[in-house]
Formats: sequence, structure tokens, C-alpha cells
Amino acid sequence: MTVAGMAPREFLTDRLMLGLVALVALVLGMPSLKPLFATLYPGLDRPLYEAESFVRLTLDHMALVSLSSLAAILLGGGAGIAVTRPWGREFRGLLETVATMGQTFPPVAVLALAVPVMGFGPEPALIALTLYALLPVVENTVAGLDGVSPAVLDSARGLGMGPAEVLFKVELPLAAPVILAGVRTAVIINVGTAAIASTVGAKTLGLPIIVGLNGSNQAYVIQGALIVAALAVVIDAGFDRMAGWLTRWSRR
Amino acid sequence: MTFRLPLYNRVALLMAMAAAIAAVVLPFLGFAPNRLLSGRPVPLWAAVQGPGGLAILPGLVLLATPFLRPTRIGLGLTVAAGGLFAAGLVWLAGHHATELAQGASAAARTSFASGFWVMAAAGLLTAVDAARWMGLGAVGRLAVGGAVAGLVALQLATGHLDALSILKEYANRRDVFADAVLRHAMLVAAALVPTLLVGIPLGVAAHRFQAVGRAVFPVLNVVQTVPSIALFGLLMAPLAALGALLPGSGISGVGPLPAVIALTLYSLLPIVRNTAVGLDGVPAPVREAARGMGLTPRQIFLRVDLPLALPVFLSGLRITVVQAVGLAAVAALIGAGGLGAIMFQGLFANALDLVLLGAVPVILLAVAGDALLSIGIAAATSHIGLSPGRNAP
Repeated sequence: MTVAGMAPREFLTDRLMLGLVALVALVLGMPSLKPLFATLYPGLDRPLYEAESFVRLTLDHMALVSLSSLAAILLGGGAGIAVTRPWGREFRGLLETVATMGQTFPPVAVLALAVPVMGFGPEPALIALTLYALLPVVENTVAGLDGVSPAVLDSARGLGMGPAEVLFKVELPLAAPVILAGVRTAVIINVGTAAIASTVGAKTLGLPIIVGLNGSNQAYVIQGALIVAALAVVIDAGFDRMAGWLTRWSRR
Repeated sequence: MTFRLPLYNRVALLMAMAAAIAAVVLPFLGFAPNRLLSGRPVPLWAAVQGPGGLAILPGLVLLATPFLRPTRIGLGLTVAAGGLFAAGLVWLAGHHATELAQGASAAARTSFASGFWVMAAAGLLTAVDAARWMGLGAVGRLAVGGAVAGLVALQLATGHLDALSILKEYANRRDVFADAVLRHAMLVAAALVPTLLVGIPLGVAAHRFQAVGRAVFPVLNVVQTVPSIALFGLLMAPLAALGALLPGSGISGVGPLPAVIALTLYSLLPIVRNTAVGLDGVPAPVREAARGMGLTPRQIFLRVDLPLALPVFLSGLRITVVQAVGLAAVAALIGAGGLGAIMFQGLFANALDLVLLGAVPVILLAVAGDALLSIGIAAATSHIGLSPGRNAP
């Protein structure tokens, strides 16, 4: 990331705060926009998606993303740690290959394939999102732990630290920015995939979009799309902020 | 006197154990009276009875591979056993599906079940890992993958697998399927043209002038963040309005146009970024040497910058193609057609074989695009004598 992602600090500050304000306003205030959508689309009987509240859908969406991402962090981080220990080294190549190959599988196809295995509902969505999120987390955990210089490890051991202490006090803190970047990739993909998960029976912010597309109700589509886009931008900006903190903290 | 088996390959041991447990515990196939009812499980032991069971003999070799010395021969045998086991499982599935079809109604369906997937994955992963230990390069590994794919393709071509439900779905919509594959590829190609036309100049500009990068990358990063389904949705309204303003222009909020626009917007970031990063990575002394040899700026760009930046650029193109194949599947929701249309039709109608018929080719297209471009990257890299992936983000 030499060129990309470099932006003045003020822009980022604004992006997170503005995004948050916009997101909350959209989620809470969408019902009061009903007259606006009624004017924009006079042909529609129901210009506002009211089958579920947008607050409910947003919370469910965030729950699905958080649960799958947490599971992926625990499992993927654990696997990444395991294959960088001396006793797990043999499995490293396999894990890296699976992580690289798996990421060429489009998330939407993974989601669809979970249905024949698990049936419809939030469960296949949760499993598919977890599996997909695992890959960037694993990849970056291995890369991050790998990037810790052997000299640092040697001096940590020289200070009398045990393997667990070296891992938690030296390796993981130093690898944290790289691991966080993997988590960010995973979470952003999951926000989008969770929206598509409405097609497999999970009630997320994708539901108004899918219902709107199937019933030619453009107002529903716009309402769902605006909120899910704002959610993704806010989460990304939040990760940006966290990455900034981490870098400053680890330089200390 | 005790004899201890020497364990050389713990990865193969784990995979062999997973395959063995799946063979005993999990159903190999599912057999249903028709496509809407759920099937009864068919265990592996029921399928291997008779001479057809010989097809999974490589599985027995697979059980022995953890104890093979990691010589070229031992590893080669492991690769072969893993790949042939996976292909053999497919053959056995087709064989047993044909047996089950005799004496059943034409509506009966035989599909792959969890045991098949676990065993096939275990075989393939053993082969992949052993190929890596052998030190096979990208091209060698692709050759192994191609050989296994070829064995399955041969079974497809000879009609051996026709009794499996996914092929029955295919037989029902042969024409639709061929159109969908073509349409899917066309969507990706149609997005690549504007992406390359705009993205490469933008990337060159971002490399030359920092201000361009500072202006362009934050915007492209935000676009990349927005979920595809939301971007498709947000493009609908303005395009529909534009179409209403210009009747007869063919512009519409649904169909291929919004899909191609959205795909292009997503594809720009990897192309612009990797073009800029690739050019940034060309060592300054190399450029100076070229200048010293009397090359004009144009010649330096064409003969020095371009070849040296090519591997990084191609890895950007690889990201773009893989991503676009997946996004084009989502675009089926706004009526763009393609394989996603088959997939979502299956999901909305609860026809799971139809889901497979849409989703599996999407994955294969993405994997094939990835494989082709990684050959290109390997060729471009060896051409300039650099290690692959250097400077790649």
C-alpha cells in the first residue's frame, strides 16, 4: 500500500463521523422519508419497505457479520498461529494454498453452495460467511507473524520469556496491523455477502433490495441499498481509524 | 520385536484420516424419488460393491501415503493417488447413479452428498500439498490440476455422469446453460474493455503525478467498499431516469448496462493501483541506464517500464477477472443474465441441483481465469528474471 489508502487525516475523520451520522439518520429516519419516495415513485402502492423495521434489519445484518467474523478471527487466527509454531509447520503450505485458492471462489457461489448442504435460513449464511472470512484472516495472520524479525524473537527469549509470553507479548502485538488488515478485508466482504444472504433466507439489509427487485419496487431497492452502502463505508472507515491507532501504538 | 511405521507426511495422514472417517460416517450420495423431496443417504460401502468399486483403489494408496519417503517418487505417487482418488470418486458416483436409475422412475435424483465432498477434497488437498513439496512451479501444478479436470471432463463427455442430478438439470436446460456461460463471459469482457481503457492511463498518471493518486484512490477505495448488491441498486434509479428522458436510447435500470457499469467501477481499483505500483517498482538505476544508452522517453516507457511493471499489472488483472466473475453472478439479480440467473432461479425455486448447475461453473470460471493469468504472470516474470510477486501489494 504505497499509493493507495493515503489520504489526508481530515478526510478520514470526516468520513467516519459523517458516515456514522448518515447511517444513523438513514436507519432511524427512513420511515419519515415515505412522502419523498411517494412523490418520486407515484406509481407504487407501498413506497416504503415496512415488512420489517430498518433498525431490526440493520441489527440482524450486523449480528450476522459480527458472529461470522468473530468465528473467523478465532478459527483463522488460531490456525495461523498453529502453522507458524514449530509443531505445526508441516501444515503451513497446505493452509496457505487453501487460503489462496479459496479466495478465487466467488463469495456468492460459496453462499449458494451452502444451501444444498445446510438448507435455507440464517445458518447456511453464517457458515458460508465464516468460511469465506477465514481465508483473508489466515493469510494475514501467517504473513504478520512471519514478518516479526527473528532478532526480536531471540532477544525476547533471551529475556527469559516462555513461548506463550513471546506469542502474546511480542509476536501478536507486532503482527497486529497486518492481522487487522486481513480482518478488515473479511468484514467488508461479509457486509456485502450478508446482503446477498437474503436470497438464502437470512433476514438482512439485502431483503428490501431482493423484495424490491423481484416486485419491481425501486423505492425498496434504494432504501436497502442506501443503508447497506452507508454501513459498509462506516465499518471501513472504522477499520481505517483502528489501523491508525494500531500503527501509532506499535511505533511507541 | 516391534515394528513402527515411519510417519513422513503428517498432512497426508490428516487427509487420509478425514477421508477414512468420511467414507464410514458420511453419506456418499443422496437418492431422492424426485427433485423436490429430500433424498435418502447412500453410504460408500453400498456404492463400492461390484467391480465398479475398483475405481477408488487409489484411495487405498492414499491411506499409505503418510508413510512414503518424501522422495520424488514417493511424492509423485502421493500426487497421483490424491488426484486419481478424486477422479475415481466422481466415476464411482456416476456409475452408482446409473445403477440406482435402473428400476427407479425417471424423476428419481442422485446427487453428491457430504461424504463425496469431504473425500474428494481430502484427495485433492493431499495432491496439492505433495505437489508443493515436490517443488512444482505454477505451470506444473496447473498441469496436475488440468489432468484431474481432464479425467472428469472425459467422463462428462462420454455421458458416464448423465444419471447424476446436476447433469439431469443440465440436460433440461442445455441451451439456456450454454447461453448463460457465454453471457457471463461477455459481461466480464464488456467490463474489462472500459476498465483497461480508463484504468491503465489513470494508473500511469497516478505513477507520474502524486496528486492524481491522492484524488483517485480514496474514491476507488470507497467504491470497492460498497457492497455489489447496493451499487447495482443505486445505479438502477439514475439509469432508469435517464432511460425515461431518452426514450429509444435503450438505457434501462435493469439488464446488462448497469451490470457492466458497476463491474467496471469495481474493476478499476486493482487495475489502476497495480499499474501505478508496478511502475513505481521499476528501479531508478535501470531507467537511468536506459537513458544513458540513448533511449528516448517513449522507448524507455515501452522497452523498460512496461515489461518490468507487467507482472504486477497482471496480478491486478487477475484480481479484477476473479472478482468480476463473482460480481457478474450477483448482477443476475438486476436481470443481467449469466450463470447467476440459473443459480438464483434455483435458490428462489428451492431447486438445489439448479443452484449447483449455476454456482459450480461460476467457481470453475473464476478458477480458470485465475489459472490462465497465473501462467501469464509466471511467463512475464521469468521473461524479466524477477521473483514473482515482488512489489505486488
